[in-house]
Amino acid sequence: MNDLINVSNISISFTQYVKGLNQRELKVITDLTLDIKEGEIVAVLGSSGSGKSLLAHAILGILPHNANLSGTMMYKGEVLNSELKEKLRGDEIALIPQSVNFLDPLMKVSDQVIGECKDEAEEKEKRAKQRAIFEKYGLSEEVDDMYPFQLSGGMARRVLVSTALLSNPKLVIADEPTPGLDEKSVEETLNHLRQMAEDNVGVLLITHDIDAALKVANRIAIFYSGYVIEVANVDDFSGEGENLLHPYTKSLYNALPENGFNLTLGHQPLHGEIPSGCPYYDRCDHRLENCDKIRPNLISIDENKKVRCFKYER
Amino acid sequence: MELTAKNISFRYSSSSRRILKDVNISIDNKKILGLFGDSGSGKSSLCKILAGHINKYEGEVRLDGNEIPKGFNPVQLIYQHPEKVMNPKWKMHEVLGESWDVPDDLLEDFGIQKSWLNRWPAELSGGELQRFSVLRALNPKTKFLIADEMTTMLDAITQVQIFESVLKIVKERNMGLLVVSHDRNLMDIICDDVIYLDDINHV
Repeated sequence: MNDLINVSNISISFTQYVKGLNQRELKVITDLTLDIKEGEIVAVLGSSGSGKSLLAHAILGILPHNANLSGTMMYKGEVLNSELKEKLRGDEIALIPQSVNFLDPLMKVSDQVIGECKDEAEEKEKRAKQRAIFEKYGLSEEVDDMYPFQLSGGMARRVLVSTALLSNPKLVIADEPTPGLDEKSVEETLNHLRQMAEDNVGVLLITHDIDAALKVANRIAIFYSGYVIEVANVDDFSGEGENLLHPYTKSLYNALPENGFNLTLGHQPLHGEIPSGCPYYDRCDHRLENCDKIRPNLISIDENKKVRCFKYER
Repeated sequence: MELTAKNISFRYSSSSRRILKDVNISIDNKKILGLFGDSGSGKSSLCKILAGHINKYEGEVRLDGNEIPKGFNPVQLIYQHPEKVMNPKWKMHEVLGESWDVPDDLLEDFGIQKSWLNRWPAELSGGELQRFSVLRALNPKTKFLIADEMTTMLDAITQVQIFESVLKIVKERNMGLLVVSHDRNLMDIICDDVIYLDDINHV
């Protein structure tokens, strides 16, 4: 399988004004590395506020104007700079956004899914395609003329998924496509992601729904406080999580309702207060001597598995 | 204390499909009720009716047999999409302060950092906003809490944290709680009783 996108060592920070004209830098993502191959589904799990959505926005080049991005991103071996991002987004790279706020409240659903058209022929073609995709997602003809406020949470999600599919993308970034959907619709959405992967599309699935991620993903990356702290195989999420490496991943797994609903105390470091040591230090049960002083590197355990923890360094 | 909805029927406009028909539901402060159903089956619409966010419907909503009092509504709804129910031009302390003065220990229970209070809604993640949305609804005058997919934007550990904090307050203040979710495993843990909306909805 060919590499589709390589994200290496990217950092994102925001410039903020505090008290008048004084500026400060707020670091949100530090040293983040991730790759997706063609036809592969990589799921990104992690604590809320760990920078998952920002990664998506960085790949698309839609970060707010006060954001600073460093590090390199390669798309099919080409450096993904802002010109290329602009060319590819909405075309080869498509987003399924997290928030239903991405829908225009004053525009009929079908019109905004189709977007701008050059001439009547194009509009006709796009309309037919939109109708076909809507049909596939169980959105009846009645929905075409609805405004977003008339849609249920689940229907709005399906509209967003349809929008992404209209341009025949090569890389789909799905930012939490399943919350608010019933089991049947989740299964359906996952099937569509599977279908995309079979068509050689790479999928970056950002989600909190661990069960959903396990059903479709090839690999799972776990985010914490703006770092990738572990890349795990799907099979590792089984039993009592004994094959998972990082302590955070284990507690995340054991917090699932079906695995005991266990609480881990503490919180992830605040934005802008990225510690010099391991970001999980405060909450970790297996602290070693240097954990609060030196930040561990992301090391490879085998071909697929990676972890950022001194426990596994030799 | 009992919140009852009697013979509720609802459609968004006269030309659109009927979403709810003759729905009867009753929530009390003795047990925690769960509500689940397919997407688009009317769960959120029912929640909005219970909390008075929708006024044009057939049927009646009663609190201990009386009409819902004017002014502060003792039935508070926690929305599925927190980013849609926050004024983007208010800082977070204004968003929260509109409802009540939240004590520091509660902020901590919900994992809210003090520095977030000085941010705009757009500067917080979906999960971070959701904590504010939950806390805002927990005004001391709130008697019933309607949690519509309250934790779908949160990671598993934060979900436990929020539910434990909410359940603690619900118990302390002897409030009623309706949990709407798609996660049956979650509802089995939290709720004493679970209702499938299609069983009580006669469309």
